[in-house]
Amino acid sequence: MATNTREAHGDLVLENVTKEFADFTAVDDLSLVVPRGSFFALLGPSGCGKTTTLRMVAGLEQPTGGRVLIGETDITGTRPHERPVNTVFQSYALFPHLTVRENVAFGPKRRKAADAMRLADDALELVQLSHLAARKPGQLSGGQQQRVALARAVVNQPEVLLLDEPLGALDLKLRRQMQVELKRIQSEVGLTFIHVTHDQEEAMTMADTVAVMNRGRIEQMGPPERLYDLPQTAFVANFVGQSNLGVGRIHGTDGDFIVAEVSDTKVRIPKQRSEIHDGQVMFGVRPEKVRIHESQPVGTGNDVRAVVTDVSFTGVATQYLVTVPSGANWTVYEQNLDVEPISLRPGDDVWLSWDPTHAFGVPVDEDGRKAALAEDGA
Amino acid sequence: MTTAFAASAREAGDPQLTPPRRGGRRRGWTPYLLLVPGLLWLTLFFIVPLVQLGSASLQSQWPGAPGYYYRDVNVGNYVDALSSYGVHFLRSLAYAGLATVLCFVIAFPLAYAMAFKAGRWRNVMLILVVAPFFTSFILRTIAWRQILADDAPLARTLNALHLLPGGHITETWVAVVAGLTYNFLPFMVLPIYTSLERADPRLLEAGRDLYADRLTTLRTVTIPLAAPGILAGTLLTFIPAAGDYVNAELLGSDTSTKMVGNVINSQFFTVLGGYPTAAALSISLMILILVLVLGYVRRFGTEEVL
Repeated sequence: MATNTREAHGDLVLENVTKEFADFTAVDDLSLVVPRGSFFALLGPSGCGKTTTLRMVAGLEQPTGGRVLIGETDITGTRPHERPVNTVFQSYALFPHLTVRENVAFGPKRRKAADAMRLADDALELVQLSHLAARKPGQLSGGQQQRVALARAVVNQPEVLLLDEPLGALDLKLRRQMQVELKRIQSEVGLTFIHVTHDQEEAMTMADTVAVMNRGRIEQMGPPERLYDLPQTAFVANFVGQSNLGVGRIHGTDGDFIVAEVSDTKVRIPKQRSEIHDGQVMFGVRPEKVRIHESQPVGTGNDVRAVVTDVSFTGVATQYLVTVPSGANWTVYEQNLDVEPISLRPGDDVWLSWDPTHAFGVPVDEDGRKAALAEDGA
Repeated sequence: MTTAFAASAREAGDPQLTPPRRGGRRRGWTPYLLLVPGLLWLTLFFIVPLVQLGSASLQSQWPGAPGYYYRDVNVGNYVDALSSYGVHFLRSLAYAGLATVLCFVIAFPLAYAMAFKAGRWRNVMLILVVAPFFTSFILRTIAWRQILADDAPLARTLNALHLLPGGHITETWVAVVAGLTYNFLPFMVLPIYTSLERADPRLLEAGRDLYADRLTTLRTVTIPLAAPGILAGTLLTFIPAAGDYVNAELLGSDTSTKMVGNVINSQFFTVLGGYPTAAALSISLMILILVLVLGYVRRFGTEEVL
């Protein structure tokens, strides 16, 4: 049994996996396939069930329903040491009583590898820490510990390597470096990486596929560009980047567009970019797709009056906070490309416009309403 | 000290720095002042008696006047003591060693359960471990005499089942080792519990994640993490147990289970002229334990303890 499951290989498959604790459901009927060799991110706010999902793949928790498979092999119910899965823990969990080299050699030794120490040295070379092999983890910096933790997992050549918020404890600069480094190592070793994070930027920079989780379910899954370009739920629209949202009612169609009315303004959404085709719809457009004008633009299709409430200059771009007629606060990013920048102040009346092909429509749900409300309050 | 002098020398050369001088000096002496009460106590009640004990162990008896001694360097006391009572030394070490092993076997699972599994029962368990201290050591040991007595349920049941070869539990080494184990158990439980409680449970998960089954994780991760506590616990159990005489006195027999402590006790208080022998036995026991402990700590010690 042990050796069988340990030699399983192929895609990681979760089939209707559910995890119920005494008083709540952490993971709710979750199904997904992570192709072998891909860099997959589970993205979600804290408490969304992403870490529980990870622990079920590692075998540190057992699902209350559903199956976990690697390729054709069912590994549900097997113990952590019987799975070809290794974890990089959030707090690194390096053994304080062992040296860096012994930490990395721990896995190979348990699997009775004859050349455990040589494997450990190779793995340390991969993360560029050979010179610290004889130190104890307590003598290393956070970034170095992080790499040891990575080497300790990679050295086993697992079918699936799990990363639980691996960069959470690092400062911003180091985090950027490690993002690049992780990506390099993943493509070098070719293992399946599953990366759990609440940082949407981190998930988008590194992963081939991102699954956005909320309340124990996957809201949407796909390549980062697609998630950003065409969110399918209000939650995704707000969690992956920012979105300007408005609740409206669909009135009819105009060629390839749906026409909806949001606070007495008619907006158009491409038919293929809307989840909803009649009744209530949540209209959305990304802040950088919106242009800001001092007078009503001509022929742009979608435009709306607004009042500037805040202007912040960030160097490459200027961020405007504006209030639209529905009362919601929208954000607009203007690249500072022009020699003479627009000089707007809070209180100025402006016009907003956007190319309707960038708009998207998602179902109106509680999350969306809340998000719209939160923007009102902002 | 050195820094205090260096500081005042520097200050003398630089008049601008004069004001903080007094503060600096006071700071320099404060640690030593704080040590004074402890050092006084230690000198009066440890160093002086120790020197006295050492000198008593070398005294000789006035011929024809039992109970009277003169100052001497009589190494013969040691030769007598060790040749007459060597068996008691061995017995003490064996009993204390056995009790220490038993304490560990009982304490480790208990401490493990308290640290990782007890949840909200943890504090209740801690109180239960410490609760016996609310009763005197002697009383508790006398209570064990009742529990192990021939007409108490335990001995009766064992006798009825013909499982008790000599017919008694008291008056045997089993009773003495049981008493030692019982009395020193908390000293093993508490340090092990403390070091396990401090250990990150994720380390144990990491062990299992890295292909170690439960038993291997215990051996390669949990026990090494608890090593400082195990070391402290074994020392806190073994050292006092080796010098103990109460358990052997109250639970053991008058002949076959006497430990060094009992011999020292009777040489001091009941045998006329036994003073030098008792002192020589005390010093020998101290040196023996010191050597054993140093060897043990050097072999198993971690930098966290010593």
